[in-house]
Amino acid sequence: MLGKTANGLFWMSRYLERAENTARLIETGQRIGLTRLGNSDEEWVSVLQSAGALTGFQASHNTVTKDAALNWLLRDRDNSSSIQSCISAARQNARLVRTAITGEVWEAINATYMMSKDTLGRKVIERDLPAVLRTIRQNTALVRGMVNGTMLRNDIYDFLRIGTFLERADNTARILDVKYYVLLPSVSAVGSSIDNVQWESILRSVSARGGFRMEYGAEGGPQEIAHFLIFDKRMPRSLAFCVSKLKDNLRYLNARVSKPCDSQKLVAHIETNYLSHDIAEVFDYGLHEFIQKTLSLLADLARQIEQDFRFYE
Amino acid sequence: MTTTDIFDEMWGTDGALREPYRDFHSWFDQEDPARLRAKQRDADELFRLTGITFNVYGKAEAEERLIPFDIIPRIISGAEWYRLSRGIEQRVRAINAFLHDIYHKQEIVKAGRIPEKMISHNDAFLPHMIGVEPPGGVYTHIVGIDLVRTGPGEFFVLEDNARTPSGVSYMLENRETMLQMFPELFSQNRVQSVQNYPANLRRSLAACAPESASGDPVVAVLTPGIYNSAYFEHAFLADQMGVELVEGHDLRVVDGRVAMRTTCGYKPIDVLYRRVDDDFLDPLNFNPESALGVPGIMDVYRAGNITVANAPGTGIADDKAIYSYMPEIVEFYTGERPLLKNVQTWRCSEPEALAYVLDNLEELVVKEVHGSGGYGMLIGPTASKKDIAAFRRKLNARPGNYIAQPTLSLSTVPIFSRAGLSPRHVDLRPFVLVSPGKIHVTPGGLTRVALKKGSLVVNSSQGGGTKDTWVLED
Repeated sequence: MLGKTANGLFWMSRYLERAENTARLIETGQRIGLTRLGNSDEEWVSVLQSAGALTGFQASHNTVTKDAALNWLLRDRDNSSSIQSCISAARQNARLVRTAITGEVWEAINATYMMSKDTLGRKVIERDLPAVLRTIRQNTALVRGMVNGTMLRNDIYDFLRIGTFLERADNTARILDVKYYVLLPSVSAVGSSIDNVQWESILRSVSARGGFRMEYGAEGGPQEIAHFLIFDKRMPRSLAFCVSKLKDNLRYLNARVSKPCDSQKLVAHIETNYLSHDIAEVFDYGLHEFIQKTLSLLADLARQIEQDFRFYE
Repeated sequence: MTTTDIFDEMWGTDGALREPYRDFHSWFDQEDPARLRAKQRDADELFRLTGITFNVYGKAEAEERLIPFDIIPRIISGAEWYRLSRGIEQRVRAINAFLHDIYHKQEIVKAGRIPEKMISHNDAFLPHMIGVEPPGGVYTHIVGIDLVRTGPGEFFVLEDNARTPSGVSYMLENRETMLQMFPELFSQNRVQSVQNYPANLRRSLAACAPESASGDPVVAVLTPGIYNSAYFEHAFLADQMGVELVEGHDLRVVDGRVAMRTTCGYKPIDVLYRRVDDDFLDPLNFNPESALGVPGIMDVYRAGNITVANAPGTGIADDKAIYSYMPEIVEFYTGERPLLKNVQTWRCSEPEALAYVLDNLEELVVKEVHGSGGYGMLIGPTASKKDIAAFRRKLNARPGNYIAQPTLSLSTVPIFSRAGLSPRHVDLRPFVLVSPGKIHVTPGGLTRVALKKGSLVVNSSQGGGTKDTWVLED
């Protein structure tokens, strides 16, 4: 496979994953706003932060309002991570790797793009927001389904998966990074309704409410939530899950070579040194420091993959 | 229907239904126009969904546009096609022989059939190719011959495309769309398949691999990139052939071979189907500013270690000034009388011809020798006085840049419009594959149609559309 193609596949799936994650973050923010338990504008600051879009937003806006934040996250072209920008970029990369993906995958991406041009072409009014976000998530899920159902399990598929899981791990880590303080034992007045809303919003933003309830019933508190999102390998958006998938896919890619490449070594390092502990140790180490370190290691990993597989000249 | 001067491929000139359209017509008569209109919309939607677009140059943002598709097929009988394809084959054979001769002994010049300056003073002549023997002896691996029709048996070659003819993806997608929209039509009519084109193309290219290739030759398509107007087609062909689509920056010369950067290191390529113009192919040998090509590829080519399709320098054969010599060229190399007609052409470089052209501008079509895409041409009968005056000045300033031809009364084929079937002018570009000892003409081709009533300009960049082209099995 061409290095350029690997790069295109990697970014195509990263952008799709990012679009979907941002849609989920917006849904969560909107919901918290409606329950009126938190400070709504403050909540949008944290949504922007979790989406990695706050710095860019502040460069062109003085204050954070719900409307401005929504527009920035949904459709602003100046925000390279807005849903609209992500979907365009995913399609642009899909065009670049058109020969590597199946016709079904291409059509699903192209249809997603046409949908986003339609629904995000003008300002989205609040009444339409739930339906718009649902459509976006359905469309990105359709692409994932087409990838799953029509693509050969070869190196092309591996690069798609690597892009997906790197972005997803990054997203989960960022949510934890922004919200870590509500999970700290010292601040938590257990059972207070504000905390409940905050905890729920964390779970909601990674589509984990159902899974968490299944596992912990009504008993789970901050420690369990942190454990669930960091260590639980059954939870498809946890750091441990994503990193183990990254490890698998890098191994498949490198199957023909006898010695592991540098990105394989790095992913093994992340797994052994950061994701093989229990949650009490993480709290001892410092949840925030732990998450920050993980985020920077994930960025290193992305760079190492670029090099190992000759994405660029 | 009344009698007209213009030949309609469905209704002739006397309004009597022509044989190839008989079955189609009886189907069409039974159809509810409302259903057909819905089908036309479905077809447009299908094109949008599959992303069959071309980029429009000169816009601030690279805009993607659909080429309008018309659901009424253009139908050619098997017998008509047989005659036509023999003529095409003959012409393509002559073009390859001409190219070999021009870059070697130049017998045709020595025989006085073409003036020496037509070659030596021609920008399309590539000195780098002198004495070069392309692998398998093939210069034009892919050729598109533009034809127009003026009567039942009257076909004229309007233009030979011997560099990088485009449009074949539309031929294939138009057929695919028709198959999805009207499957019943294909069980009623025996239409010759065009769908093997990508497989044939790959086989044909592989057959032209250099001797250095071992085993199954590695083929790749070279594109200028996603902003090129024909990017969709480049990706489509690479995808359909199952080969890599590469850009200049994916390639470099490694150990005397052209190689592509893969995730596992550099891998040599045997046959490069390039959709990049000669000038941009190699910054070391041609335009030093080019970022689209591969530094040093010409040296690899001259050493016989890669096949470049089409070969560099083939532009000399489809130059509009050379075009006027095509009848002589066909005769000189095949020893046969040309089966396809050329349109009468006045070379404005010749004083007598220029005088005639200047006196008859209102009647003629004037074209730039190196122009393409329907730009920079004058269609006398429909041009304004101002345009004619402007062309008169251009002709006087640089006569050698222009040729002129009579305005042909192009045939029409009906399109499906709000008023039902309405005749519109068409042309035809069949696609030809050349490999050692073999010339294959795909039965059908790209029919371009001027959607505006009375218009003779079929170019997609100027409001033309396309149709599926059927060649029937007789």
